[in-house]
Amino acid sequence: MSKHINLTLHVWRQKNAKCDGKFVEYKAEQVSPDMSFLEMLDVVNEGLISKGEDPITFDHDCREGICGTCSMVINGRPHGPKERTTTCQLHMRSFKDGDSITIEPWRAEAFPVIRDLMVDRSALDRIIAAGGFVSVPTGSPQDANALPVPKENAEMAMDAAACIGCGACVAACPNASAMLFLSAKISHLGLLPQGQPERYSRVRDMVAQMDAEAFGTCTNHGECEIACPKGIKLENIARMNRDFIKASLTYRPAIVGTGGG
Amino acid sequence: MELNAHIPDGPIEKKWDKHRFDLKLVNPANKRKYKVIVVGSGLAGGAAAASLAELGYEVECYCYQDSPRRAHSIAAQGGINAAKNYRNDGDSVRRLFYDTIKGGDFRAREANVHRLAEVSNNIIDQCVAQGVPFAREYGGLLDNRSFGGAQVSRTFYARGQTGQQLLLGAYQALERQIGLGAVQMFPRREMLEVIVVDGVAKGIVTRDMVSGKIESHVADAVCLATGGYGNVFYLSTNAKGCNSSAIWRAYKQGAAFANPCYTQIHPTCIPVTGDHQSKLTLMSESLRNDGRIWVPKRKEDCGKPADQIPEEDRDYYLERKYPSFGNLAPRDISSRAAKQVCDEGRGVGGTGRGVYLDFDASIKRLGQPKIEERYGNLFEMYERITDENPYKVPMRIYPASHYAMGGLWVDYNLMSTIPGLFVLGEANFSDHGANRLGASALMQGLADGYFVIPYTIGGYLAGIKPGTRIKVDDPAVTAAQQTVTDRVKRLFAINGKQTPTHFYRELGKVMWEYSGMGRNEAGLKKALELIPQIREEFWKNLCIPGTGEEVNQSLEMAGRVADFLELGELLVLDALNRRESCGAHFREEWQTEEGEALRDDENFCHVAAWEFKGDGNAPVRHTEQLSFESLHLATRNYK
Amino acid sequence: MSVAEKSIAGAEARGHGFMASSIGRKVIMAASGIILFGFVTVHMLGNTQAYMGATAFNEYAKFLHSMLHGDGIWIFRTVLIVAVGFHIWSATSLTLDNLAARPEGYRAQQSVASTWSSRTMRWTGVILAAFIIFHLLHLTTGTVHPNFDHANPYANFVNGFKVPAAAGFYIVAQLCLGLHMWHGVWSFTQTLGLSHPRYDSLRRNFATGLTVLVVGVNITFPIAVLTGFIH
Repeated sequence: MSKHINLTLHVWRQKNAKCDGKFVEYKAEQVSPDMSFLEMLDVVNEGLISKGEDPITFDHDCREGICGTCSMVINGRPHGPKERTTTCQLHMRSFKDGDSITIEPWRAEAFPVIRDLMVDRSALDRIIAAGGFVSVPTGSPQDANALPVPKENAEMAMDAAACIGCGACVAACPNASAMLFLSAKISHLGLLPQGQPERYSRVRDMVAQMDAEAFGTCTNHGECEIACPKGIKLENIARMNRDFIKASLTYRPAIVGTGGG
Repeated sequence: MELNAHIPDGPIEKKWDKHRFDLKLVNPANKRKYKVIVVGSGLAGGAAAASLAELGYEVECYCYQDSPRRAHSIAAQGGINAAKNYRNDGDSVRRLFYDTIKGGDFRAREANVHRLAEVSNNIIDQCVAQGVPFAREYGGLLDNRSFGGAQVSRTFYARGQTGQQLLLGAYQALERQIGLGAVQMFPRREMLEVIVVDGVAKGIVTRDMVSGKIESHVADAVCLATGGYGNVFYLSTNAKGCNSSAIWRAYKQGAAFANPCYTQIHPTCIPVTGDHQSKLTLMSESLRNDGRIWVPKRKEDCGKPADQIPEEDRDYYLERKYPSFGNLAPRDISSRAAKQVCDEGRGVGGTGRGVYLDFDASIKRLGQPKIEERYGNLFEMYERITDENPYKVPMRIYPASHYAMGGLWVDYNLMSTIPGLFVLGEANFSDHGANRLGASALMQGLADGYFVIPYTIGGYLAGIKPGTRIKVDDPAVTAAQQTVTDRVKRLFAINGKQTPTHFYRELGKVMWEYSGMGRNEAGLKKALELIPQIREEFWKNLCIPGTGEEVNQSLEMAGRVADFLELGELLVLDALNRRESCGAHFREEWQTEEGEALRDDENFCHVAAWEFKGDGNAPVRHTEQLSFESLHLATRNYK
Repeated sequence: MSVAEKSIAGAEARGHGFMASSIGRKVIMAASGIILFGFVTVHMLGNTQAYMGATAFNEYAKFLHSMLHGDGIWIFRTVLIVAVGFHIWSATSLTLDNLAARPEGYRAQQSVASTWSSRTMRWTGVILAAFIIFHLLHLTTGTVHPNFDHANPYANFVNGFKVPAAAGFYIVAQLCLGLHMWHGVWSFTQTLGLSHPRYDSLRRNFATGLTVLVVGVNITFPIAVLTGFIH
């Protein structure tokens, strides 16, 4: 078993959305390299509670890298130094004895801090609600094998669908833009035949919602791609831009039928 | 308490069809006058909330996560079963039905399971239409793989993220309804009480996990889709937030709790590394398709690196004991076999609690690229956690608490013993009997949410006069809200020294030790002594910092642990009373000479449903007899 | 209102103009950028005639002024002014949005994928704007030129760069242009959706090649004057 390490943490503490926050220093001692980053914080928190202090609040749930709940910027990088790894899957063997670690919440106007490292990411849900779906009510659609999908497209759609909605792309983007998140959903659905009927209205609706949510815009830095724990590619943003341009050029207002009967 | 399952008559193939016709319908214009509360936004809850809103009901959906997309269904890896028979390998609705009943060791209700097998095909159609990117073959058609407990290839999958993709499908349908204003979503809300008026469920009380506000919500029907209680073991494959509070509140309000002792231990999880461990990570069971499980034949070899143990010194114990199913033996059997070899001192890894899952032979046979294509992301995940490369050294795995087959008792309509309170997905006890087969949880969650509840809830609501919903200022509502407020106050008032996690860990140790993979009378009785002691200590010495009027994760945890401390006791009590071995419930006193589970069909071919009789009183055990009309009771044989 | 109608009405309410949308403004930035990048390339090619002597250079200048009976240059100028206008407008508006989107930064900001070039776009852009004004006053109107002669652009060119400060500013501006173009050229392919994994390396190489060519050649002009190679 490898040796235990000692660390100094600088953690953003903020009581609620209205209060001002500040960095507070904590010592994390006798940390096992087999611990996950969150388990290290658990241990620090147990110590704080025992001393009667408020533990550090942070979002977390599945702790296996799939739910997208955990969200902290570790030494300036969302989810920490390891690529394609969420905070819960980051292990302390990635740090050295004596390291100093700065832990901050996702920073974006669209993600207000709720407390400490916990932020409100409901803007991402509202973007999906604006158009990130295929409108098929529960019922009796055709047989699943009725529409063959080229394997390559299915694979690319799956690559994009792997997005866990954690918001690391927004946190990493110098402009706090949500373009990678949006483009993942637009690519996922746009690459499949089932997503075609709403392909162009979807991109318009979702972009409009994104713009209404105080996210920044993409300036093609590429920070999102590196920060994404699921490896969502910049190519998706290009695909979304393409669809958006086409959608805007071919958009016809007021297609609602007059109805009747 | 009367347990009437309301199973329709007629031949099993016709029951669901007939029942759907017999169910009363709600006039389309009246649907919006009914309000339905759905608690939980996973496969069952998300699918139900979306589907009910599509029908026109006014729906409110609650979840403790910050977004409905994060429910723990998302973590299911392997796949979802359906009787499509796309492989032409002999699958059918009846075979899926049979496999599920057999896999559950004949402790599930025939009619429910048959319905599940029937709707399994609709689920795949629905999900594909939603844009779920299932794996496909080069011809563009859907791919399948095999899973434990079945000899046909009927599992549909999306890499190792099937649960995620299915949940996102349901989430997108739900978000669409939210966007349309048909569903009101309440994230970061924890349900802490069911409002029961004159014996009928009329709403819920929640705590806003941001502001701390305790709020009441009334409705014409309440659906609980809050998942299982596998976290009662502290360490499990469940998410940290998964808890039993919703179903436990319902139980204490009069809903019967069925088969709490049926908890599944999953055979392929990454072993524990130390005391800091906060959860266990599952490696998809699908790995067993190409991985071979073994331990050294001799104890002395356990410390050696795997590649220095020659073939003849390895014990491929599953292949040896179960030649026809081999590494694909059902979960309960594989888990116990792993425990057995580790108990013999032949376990591997630092703690001695682990067995090898070796891909060497498959890599040689199929080539690394093929293995990468099938399991790449799982291998990556394993390496990330353990710092070992599974392409080079065999994985180490060990069983961990995973799924709860037990849950609130429901009838054929998924209604609990409290009228108006429906229970969906893992939260109910329904379809898996004493053991769940792989890739069946996703199937059941979606079946309940998309294809069962939309019909059966209509049958219930049609019997209620529209517009007769109680008001939120009704004294019964205020009273329910007060009990929640008081409970929170009580927790703060303890003002002791120990953290909630401390008690949680203690409980977990007892549960795992005495009520985990192997159970016996002495151990269970011991647990029945220990759990109340921990509970007593909890209510004397708990410390929660901060206040209830803010984000307080310690308070959340404390409330959940308080409920687990009660549920754990019921689980043990049920295990003690079920004097047989069946499926995942293994009583050491009842086993065959080869160490297999020995059922007692004469005395225990029934569902045990527990009725709460007040704090401090012993709960009462009721039974629902299981009759097998379509299938014959048989001993499971995977040899 | 039916669910479907509500959905469409909702989309209508959310729908907003192309020019107001974030991607729309980026497309405008990219399109105007292409015009400007095309211009600097042609400008650079035209200026290489300085190496062919006074006559060739002055003939070239005369040709530019007499295209389409003298209207040609005004068509060019109009297109450029409009492009510059759109480029600055979209840049300013997007930058303001971006600053508002991250009001509080990170204490331990780490850049991993972004380049110095991408991060300095707004600064190199401002420097280039200042330079363009100077450049016009210097060599087009002659306002800030020491001895400007409308009839002899070649002499203006040589005399202009003989002032070391002017030559220095020109070189600095060219380096800024390099940084701006290197990210800008790659970026417009991305913004216009011209991305494909097969050609992605090509996009980078294209940006690098053209940037080096334009900036490399441009920088030779003041150096050639200062070293007396052009006189």
